[in-house]
Amino acid sequence: MQRYSGFSLVKHALSHHENWQRHWRNPTPKKEYDVIIVGGGGHGLATAYYLAKEHDITNVAVIEKGWLGGGNTARNTTIVRSNYLWDEAAALYEHAMKLWEGLSQDLNYNVMFSQRGVLNLGHTLQDMRDIQRRVNANRLNGIDGEVVTPQQIKEIEPALDTSERARYPILGASWQPRGGVARHDAVAWGFARGADALGVDLLQQTEVTGFKILDGKVVGVHTNRGDIGAKTVGCVAAGNSGVLAGMAGFKLPLESHPLQALVSEPLKPILNTVTMSNQVHGYISQSDKGDLVIGAGIDGYLGYGQRGSYPTIEHTLQAIVEMFPIFSRVRMNRQWGGIVDTTPDACPIISRTPVRGLYFNCGWGTGGFKATPGSGNVFAWTLAHGQAHPLAAPFSIDRFRTGALIDEHGAAGVAH
Amino acid sequence: MFHIYCPYCAEYREEEEFHPRGQAHIARPADPEATSDDAWGDYLFFRDNPRGVHHELWVHAVGCRKFFNITRDTRSYAILETYRMGERPTVTANGPEAVPSATATLTGALA
Repeated sequence: MQRYSGFSLVKHALSHHENWQRHWRNPTPKKEYDVIIVGGGGHGLATAYYLAKEHDITNVAVIEKGWLGGGNTARNTTIVRSNYLWDEAAALYEHAMKLWEGLSQDLNYNVMFSQRGVLNLGHTLQDMRDIQRRVNANRLNGIDGEVVTPQQIKEIEPALDTSERARYPILGASWQPRGGVARHDAVAWGFARGADALGVDLLQQTEVTGFKILDGKVVGVHTNRGDIGAKTVGCVAAGNSGVLAGMAGFKLPLESHPLQALVSEPLKPILNTVTMSNQVHGYISQSDKGDLVIGAGIDGYLGYGQRGSYPTIEHTLQAIVEMFPIFSRVRMNRQWGGIVDTTPDACPIISRTPVRGLYFNCGWGTGGFKATPGSGNVFAWTLAHGQAHPLAAPFSIDRFRTGALIDEHGAAGVAH
Repeated sequence: MFHIYCPYCAEYREEEEFHPRGQAHIARPADPEATSDDAWGDYLFFRDNPRGVHHELWVHAVGCRKFFNITRDTRSYAILETYRMGERPTVTANGPEAVPSATATLTGALA
C-alpha cells in the first residue's frame, strides 16, 4: 500500500497526480475463506480490517451486493458521541470513541474526525433531570460531559435561539466536547483500503442469496457469482439483517424502518458544533462543505424503500426552524433515506445465532455510524475467538429471552 | 404520502391522520404463567420484518380513533388492502389461503 504523507503529495505533484495507486483491488472470489463478512459498509469493512490487523486472519472476504459504503454508511448524519446512559452501552460507544481519536493515523487515511462537541438540549424540567442523570452516569464511566446553562449554550452556539421567547425555551443541555463529526465516506474507504492492503478480498456486486448449512453449522454462502466456502460467517447488513436471518432459518428481534436525512445549500460557516434536541426532535450540524446536515426521525412503519415520508420531513424542518429561526429561508438541496434495523431496546445485537459459525452484528438502528470502529473491533474479536468480546457480551440476542435489556430509548440523543 | 382507506369511516384519508402500530395478528399467550421464557420473549420482542407483504396494525388517530389492519408491500409501499379488526387478510405473501402465524417461533434454541 502506498502510504499518504506530505512527502508523497509533493512527489506525486511532479507527475501531475496521475500515478496514485488504486485504493483497493477488484479480486475474483476464491473457493473458500476463513471468514466471510456479509455487508461492505463501515461496520463490515472495520470488522475485516481489525480481523486482519489484530488477529492475523487475512484469508477474509467482504461480500457486498452493491458498492462499498453505499448503504447507511453513505446516508447518516455523521455524528460521533459516546454519552450513553447505561454502563454496557457507554462502554461500547466509548471504546469506539477512543478508536476514533486515533483512526486517521491508524488507517493512514484522513477520516476528517472533528471533535467539535455535541449539545443535547433540554426544554422541560424532566429533560433536565434526565440530562443531569445521564451526565453523572457518563462521568462515573469516565466519559466527558457537563451540564451547561442557556448562557453557556449561547456562547457555544450563538445561532441557536436560547431566548425565552421560543415556543419550547431551552433550559439547559448536556455537552460532550469530545463528540463531533467524521467524514462518512472516508471512514468506509479508509477501512476498505486498510483491509485490502492486509490481504482481505473486497467483493463488490456480489449478493448473498443463501447460506450453506451442514448439520447446524455454516460452511459457506450462495451468491450470484457462485458458492463460496467459509469456516465462519459474520453478517453486518443493517436493514437487511432480518432478510439474511430468514435465509438461515431463524428470526431476529429487528424491525426495518426508513430513516431520512437532508442537506441544505452550502452556507458560510455558521454552526460550531452538533446540536440535538429530543423534545422538538431535530438534530443539525454543518459539514466542512458548508451544507447544513439535518437528521429526521424514522417513519413508524416498516419499509425497505430507502426513502422517507414527506410528513416526517415537514416535522423535522419545523423543529430546526424552532431551534434556529435564522434558517427559516435556507433551501434544502437533497433528501434521502436509509433502512435502519431497530431493536426493542434501541441497542445493537452482536451475537452468535442458532447456526454454529454464523454471527450477526446488527440492530444498530438509528445510531450506528458513531460506533463504526468499535463495532468492527469487538465483532472481529468475537469472530476470531468464537465467543463474545467482553464489551459485546451484554448485546447477545439472548437478552430478548432473559429480559436483560439495555434500555437506551430516549436516554441519549434523539428518540426515534 | 399514503392515502389510506379507513374501513370504519369508509373514506380515503391522508397519512397524517393515522399512526402505524406495528405487526397485526399478534395473539397474547392464553396462559402467561405457563408460558416458557422463549415463547414469552417471542411474543414480546420478535416481530415479522418481511421484505414484501406485511400485515400491520394502524389507528385512525385523529379520525374515528379505531384500530384496523393494512396489508402493505414494504418494498413498493403499495397498500394492498385494509380490513377491520377481527377479520383475516385476503392478500398474503403465500397466496389467499395462508394466514399469518399468530405467534413467532424460532427454529431451535441458541447453540
